[in-house]
Amino acid sequence: MIEIDRIGFAIGKSEILNEVSAQLPRGKMTAIIGPNGAGKSTLLSLIARLISPASGTIRVDGHNVQQTASDTLARILAVLRQENVIASRLRVRELVGFGRFPHTRGQPDAQDGEKIQWALDLMALSPFADRFLDQLSGGQRQRALIAMILCQDTDYILLDEPLNNLDLFHSRKLMQVLQDMAHRLGKTPVLVIHDINYAAKYADNILAMKQGGIFANGPTQAIFEDDLLSALFDTPIRIHQIEGQPFAMHH
Amino acid sequence: MACRTTNAMPLIAAILLAVVLCILSIFTGVADINIAALFNDPQALWLLAVSRLPRTLAVVLTGGSLAICGLIMQMLARNKFVEPTTAGTGQGAALGIIVITIMAPQASLTIKMLAAIAAALCSTAIFLALIRKLPTDQPFLVPLVGLVFGGFVGAIATFIAYQLDLLQYQDVWMNGEFSGVMLGRYEMLWFAAALSLAAYFVADQFTIIGLGKDMALNLGLGYRQIMLLGMTIICVVTALSVVTVGMIPFVGLVVPNIASRMMGDNLRASLPWVAGLGAMMVLASDLIARLVRYPYEVPVSVVFGIFGSAFFLWLLFSRPAHAR
Amino acid sequence: MPARRLLVMAAVLLVACGAYLSWGARGDWAFILSFRGTKLAALIVTGTAIAVSTKLFQTISGNRILTPSIMGFDALFVLLETTLLFALGGFGYTMLDPAIRFAVTLVLMTLAAILLFGTLMHGTRRDLHRMILVGIIFGVLFRSLSSLLARMIDPNEYAVLQANLFASFNQIELDLLGISTVLIVVALFAAWRLRDTLDAMELGREIAINLGIDYDRHVLVVLGIIAVLVSVATALVGPVVFFGLLITSLAYQIIPGFRHRDHLIANGLLAGIVLVAGQTLMERVFHLHTPLSVIIEMLGGLAFLILILRGHTR
Repeated sequence: MIEIDRIGFAIGKSEILNEVSAQLPRGKMTAIIGPNGAGKSTLLSLIARLISPASGTIRVDGHNVQQTASDTLARILAVLRQENVIASRLRVRELVGFGRFPHTRGQPDAQDGEKIQWALDLMALSPFADRFLDQLSGGQRQRALIAMILCQDTDYILLDEPLNNLDLFHSRKLMQVLQDMAHRLGKTPVLVIHDINYAAKYADNILAMKQGGIFANGPTQAIFEDDLLSALFDTPIRIHQIEGQPFAMHH
Repeated sequence: MACRTTNAMPLIAAILLAVVLCILSIFTGVADINIAALFNDPQALWLLAVSRLPRTLAVVLTGGSLAICGLIMQMLARNKFVEPTTAGTGQGAALGIIVITIMAPQASLTIKMLAAIAAALCSTAIFLALIRKLPTDQPFLVPLVGLVFGGFVGAIATFIAYQLDLLQYQDVWMNGEFSGVMLGRYEMLWFAAALSLAAYFVADQFTIIGLGKDMALNLGLGYRQIMLLGMTIICVVTALSVVTVGMIPFVGLVVPNIASRMMGDNLRASLPWVAGLGAMMVLASDLIARLVRYPYEVPVSVVFGIFGSAFFLWLLFSRPAHAR
Repeated sequence: MPARRLLVMAAVLLVACGAYLSWGARGDWAFILSFRGTKLAALIVTGTAIAVSTKLFQTISGNRILTPSIMGFDALFVLLETTLLFALGGFGYTMLDPAIRFAVTLVLMTLAAILLFGTLMHGTRRDLHRMILVGIIFGVLFRSLSSLLARMIDPNEYAVLQANLFASFNQIELDLLGISTVLIVVALFAAWRLRDTLDAMELGREIAINLGIDYDRHVLVVLGIIAVLVSVATALVGPVVFFGLLITSLAYQIIPGFRHRDHLIANGLLAGIVLVAGQTLMERVFHLHTPLSVIIEMLGGLAFLILILRGHTR
């Protein structure tokens, strides 16, 4: 479980998050949705200890992320931020292999090799495994980064806008993989996601944020409701049930 | 983490070339030494032991460790166009020696060396702090800031040197050459080489640092410790080489870029090649520097300056306007 | 408003000149005036040449950071001189009339500048940082080549050779002052005649062409003017990398607007003020050994660093 307790964060004088508290259930896939500037990415970075809060605490699986050793956390949670400029010339397999670093400290064994291959296959990267990153397209590079995160094999997987650059096929594939990981392996993926219909289809739990605070937090079916979503995005949104799934119409 | 099959051919070719270069380097010089003489002429043997061999070793050690430093610096700065002598580290070391020479002229060589290292560390830290705020999508801004910053630190050193008539010394530190190397005068380079070889044990960590701070944190790396470790290696090696043989620009830039194009930036795989290539390129330059105006010598820094800047220009033109 | 500021600057320059001529002077005034007066004239002439050439270069390259010397112009001049010396040999070099030698270098320099920087110039509006880097590295290449050639000519006397070849603000090459002044005045006059065209050219190629200016031809003319100014200045006082940048940056701060009629004059005046006042302070007041150029390089380098960091930091 991820427990967020009265988290505050500011850049200079502008307040990004104000007394945010929420709990994200374990073994479920959570989507963080909300308008631009709501503080979604900031919250994700805070959970992943990439930045430090001004106040409050965050616990992942009972570990206070501010006080737990970074290498211990690296075996519990993995994070991928939105912008990843990688200047190094690495092969895809090498990059994915670095996902094993927290477990091996650079001494990989055969089992790690299997894990790497598993992650490569999962993201359909095997044909490019020995290519350099700078020889790939944007979408292939994004998949390589995600494969590295999955290869880290942590219980908690935090992804900020992972569908960026991905085409329809790979977006669907990724969401299915993550859902599967939650339901079959008991992992906890947490995604900041823009397309609310992907959230509707695959997420078990929704954390809706607006203006640096929590707008709503609960099971997907409860959140996907006309008035709530319309108020969240300040846009008229209507929910239709299509084949038993909520679908948001907004234009 | 490289799971690649290594082809033995390039390795054998490289080792052969290195051996040939070393032999050429040992047997090049004003006084003729031939192999036969080594067995019956004690004078020739003495010359070999005191001058020729140390010189060749110094070249190999300097070339290898400077190349590794360049690679580490490129990982820390996350930019392929920087290296210690073009981003203020070398100039900082020179400034450090000048200041300590003025403040404590009687100080031992060790103290002077420590001052050089400390100043190099300060200078490098300032540079890394300066570039942290630069946008990552403008790859040419970082080396630009480095060059100008290095020039500025160098100008301060020149100013002080002028005021106190130390300009000749400054000249010696700024223009690297190996003609002064003799037994007993180059041994600190062994320490530099050992330190840069130690980088091999943290090769993965440096590769991860090159992926960025977020990625390093995600993988549970002690970001600050690794940054500090990298800076220390760079600064100690650079300072030692500046004090012993003087600054040789572009080694740390040219060699890692060639290696990167050939085999990528996974340091665990590429570090040995970078070291070997660095040693060979400086050996070749030193040979040219000795032969181009035989029997006189041209500083190796001049020769490498020509090749290095030409190579840098080629790099700048061969990359697309916005590198990714 | 610019007119008043220009007048103030002119007054400051006059005061600085007065101070330079009279400070600490004892003895025969006729001698002092002729001795110091020649040096003063040389300072003002070269300063103006460097500053104005920098302004012109910034206009045609469309930014306020680049300068001819940052792009390697004066390193190129030094390389040409050294190559000439190398090709002719020391004897032939000294036999050649300095005026002819100078003329030959000047022609070569203009050709090389147009060839090399004409092509580089196209890139600067698109990818400024790469072009600055290219310029700086060309400078390093030229300097390394000059150094190698100088050592090839005479490995023992290399230092002497360099000292003789390259002047500084403290050792101005006074033999060349007469012809240099003529050349600089002609080039400045040519630039002055273009002042209104330059205003339009600063807006970029497309806009300038739209305004009916034969842009490409004018760029060549301006590059020619720059080549003359840089060559003459480098011949007189040797290479100075950041002086021009320091002056143009100051001028942008002081003079509002974009008009070249104001900026050209302001650059000339400021260059004179900084050099003359600086030299007076260094030589007469503080009695420093360090050449003024070293300090100018330090300050100019700092200014350059601030300029590239500003506006790019997040």
